[in-house]
Amino acid sequence: MELFRIKKDIPFMSYGRITTAISLITFVLAIFFLATKGLNYGVDFTGGTVMEVHYPQAANIDGIRKAVDSINLKDATVQNFGTSSDVLIRLPLRKDMSIAQLSETVTKALKAADASVEVRRVESVGSQVGEELYSNGGLALLLVCAGIMLYLAIRFEWRFAVAAIIANMHDVVIILGFFAFFQWEFNLTVLAAVLAVLGYSVNESVVVFDRVRENFRKMRKANVVQVIDNAITRTMSRTVITHAMTQTMVGSMLLFGGEVLHNFALALTIGILFGIYSSVLVACPIAMWLGVNRANLIGDIEKKSTDAELEATP
Amino acid sequence: MNRYPSWKYILVAVVVLIGLLFTIPNFYGESPAVQVSPAKSTLKANQELLSKVENTLKLADIKFNGIFLDASGVKVRFETPEEQLKAKDKLIANLGKDYTIALNLLSQTPNWLLNIGAKPMYLGLDLRGGVHFLLQVDMKAALDKAAESSVGDFRTTLRKEKINYFGISRDGQKVEVKFESAEELEKARKILAKDYSDLTYTSTTNGKEQLLTASIGEASKKKIQEFALKQNLQTLHNRINELGVAEPIVQQQGFDRIVVQLPGVQDTAKAKEILGRTATLEIRMVDEDKKDIATLQAAEKGQVPFGDEMYKDREGRPILVKKNVVLTGDRITDAGPGVNQQTGGSVVNVTLDGRGAGIFKNVTRDNVGKRMAILLIEKNSTEVITAPVINEEIGGGHVQISGMDSAQEATDISLLLRAGALAAPMEIIEERTVGPSMGADNIKRGVHSTLWGFAAIAAMMMIYYMLFGGVSVVALAVNLLLLVALLSMLQATLTLPGLAAIALALGMAIDANVLINERIREELRNGNTPQASISAGYSRAWDTILDSNVTTLIAGLALFMFGTGPIKGFAVVHVLGILTSMFSAILVSRAIVNMIYGYRRKVAKLSIGQIYKA
Repeated sequence: MELFRIKKDIPFMSYGRITTAISLITFVLAIFFLATKGLNYGVDFTGGTVMEVHYPQAANIDGIRKAVDSINLKDATVQNFGTSSDVLIRLPLRKDMSIAQLSETVTKALKAADASVEVRRVESVGSQVGEELYSNGGLALLLVCAGIMLYLAIRFEWRFAVAAIIANMHDVVIILGFFAFFQWEFNLTVLAAVLAVLGYSVNESVVVFDRVRENFRKMRKANVVQVIDNAITRTMSRTVITHAMTQTMVGSMLLFGGEVLHNFALALTIGILFGIYSSVLVACPIAMWLGVNRANLIGDIEKKSTDAELEATP
Repeated sequence: MNRYPSWKYILVAVVVLIGLLFTIPNFYGESPAVQVSPAKSTLKANQELLSKVENTLKLADIKFNGIFLDASGVKVRFETPEEQLKAKDKLIANLGKDYTIALNLLSQTPNWLLNIGAKPMYLGLDLRGGVHFLLQVDMKAALDKAAESSVGDFRTTLRKEKINYFGISRDGQKVEVKFESAEELEKARKILAKDYSDLTYTSTTNGKEQLLTASIGEASKKKIQEFALKQNLQTLHNRINELGVAEPIVQQQGFDRIVVQLPGVQDTAKAKEILGRTATLEIRMVDEDKKDIATLQAAEKGQVPFGDEMYKDREGRPILVKKNVVLTGDRITDAGPGVNQQTGGSVVNVTLDGRGAGIFKNVTRDNVGKRMAILLIEKNSTEVITAPVINEEIGGGHVQISGMDSAQEATDISLLLRAGALAAPMEIIEERTVGPSMGADNIKRGVHSTLWGFAAIAAMMMIYYMLFGGVSVVALAVNLLLLVALLSMLQATLTLPGLAAIALALGMAIDANVLINERIREELRNGNTPQASISAGYSRAWDTILDSNVTTLIAGLALFMFGTGPIKGFAVVHVLGILTSMFSAILVSRAIVNMIYGYRRKVAKLSIGQIYKA
């Protein structure tokens, strides 16, 4: 089977204005939602307690709420998730009670209300740990960006490095924008997904850039726009197939992964969808506007061409 | 051109074989087991213990599948959980005093595999169920305590040397001694500096008063903190041993934190109580000059006389005790519950070490007729358990503490005292508990995600790329095999995010094969011969694969460096997955393709699903 049979190069670069406009709008929207709604941080970052409890029968949410109220924890949220017999209880940090006491007190109250309750999961994070995880998350993000830029600058050229990072940060912001808009919980696993997406969608830019470099060598007469158009067109099949494969796996996680992996898979899905778009249709125009050309790319390549490559070139 | 030298085929075959060997243990299930390990350092896990355990079980007529000795103790395997529980009860009854008896699950991996070091993957708490605690050691308190003990030491030394001083007090982590004259100060300074050389001394004049300030230097501060952490680690070890948990983890994290992981623990309340109770015992003298009602009432309002501290006893009555600590819990060598012969009330019998016994003897001799307060200090609260009148000098280091509410409390407090004192209080700052059924569910979720995702990818690849798709799928399967083998070999902790990372690694690894297959098609389209296309396809895709994997690797390493807990688990698998995918996508798939096409004299067409011809 072969889905892509494109005879003529698609003039992607002439759509540059439209694609950039689209990404600018999504980007600005994402920033807007991040600013107005903010992220719904999970306990990993804010500190606090989450308890997942299970009943053999459908859970009595009001009863649970009353039980939690009875021990003076009015700011707790109680909600069903997944099935009617699974309940998630969220408790903010309290000054007068340590996190260890808090979950114990709640467990006792729940057992008193209905002895059949089973506490399946408790996650309690103190405020100082939350702050650390938060700053470590930020540091990790910065380190990933710096590392990738450095690598691309050495392997290709600084223009590509800048273009790739802008394109991919734009993906990250859009993922965060989605999480802000829908108020999905943003926790450590989601952060891991975001960083994984960053690494993954840079792949995409790398594949296209690789082709651009190769084309500069082979298409001696073509101009920059033609070279980039050709590179994108010829890698498009691979781009779509690869992403479809990865998304298949992520979709499987979305289906079978349960509560804990749900948001992780969601972040990956958004990242993959926007990654296709941005790493090709955002990164390339930016690289072009930054002034990528044959001279500054081939300069360091000529020395590198190996016999294998020459032999394979028709 | 599409032939590998034979060493490459052998390499691939050997790696796959090793991968298989190390993956197999994951398919043997686990059987219920009981672990018997010594609870005291004087006892050893040896052949003698093995036969003791064996005899106990034989006498009780409990069937077992296997019994063996390893570094941590004796392990016995059972057919059913019922037999396991029966055996546990029997063993506790017979050996429970000196040994820790814990329930455990043992892998059924055959011995020949275990002998070459092949073990199943090490599952994290979110997959097997259990509790994870992160405890923060209060280092300020450790330093305060060190300064406080200096106060006592100074007082004793100055008295012994007959040097006159006004007063001695602690201000934060500094000790201040006031003198009348500069000569006295100099004399004291010389002696103190000699006896307690780890402190730095400065002297100031304040009007008529001569002030000598001793502060803890940076080096000894570090030493005190390290000691506090080590002592707390040891204490936690002891306490956890009393809990009877198989394979507990107690580890230092950073300079002031301790991670405790208790796999399979279901009674988290009990665990937390034992860990969270940062109880230490202090013996101090009651200030007998300040026991009139007016002073006590004033003290309750906050006007505590100088050199004293106000605490409440069990009835809630205020009591003024001196700040100077006579003895602390570290001097306790043993503690056990008991009954007072005369009153019939519950007591705790405490045995002190040599130095503690000496101090206790001196203090009781000097203070006959006065009261001695026994303080139990837990995080944020100090309670006077009892304040008996000293009737006579008590030698020998055996002390009976009365004033227990019940036999249960006597048992609990003994356990705390016996398990050792903490050098500094600790607080649980993170807790993650996963019930056992949740753990099993999580495994199921992770495995299902991976397998269904894999099946879907396999189907799509084979439809789209035909034979080459099939080769890619085999390479992907090898990737999964190697990843699992590597994780088993390294015994890296596998968490649910780690399982997700396995799935994701497969989803991303297929990229390399897609790149190669697309490249081969393109070469064919350009009119190259099939053999040349294979060769060019692989060699051209290589650069791209390397570049794209390096960027993913960078992200993985950053996650590993800054991630904690579950994220670290994700990062480890992510990074390993990239490495195995490079091997399998390139070397393994090429080896297969070479074997299929490389040795044919004439290849007219490649089965790569290409419909359109150039």
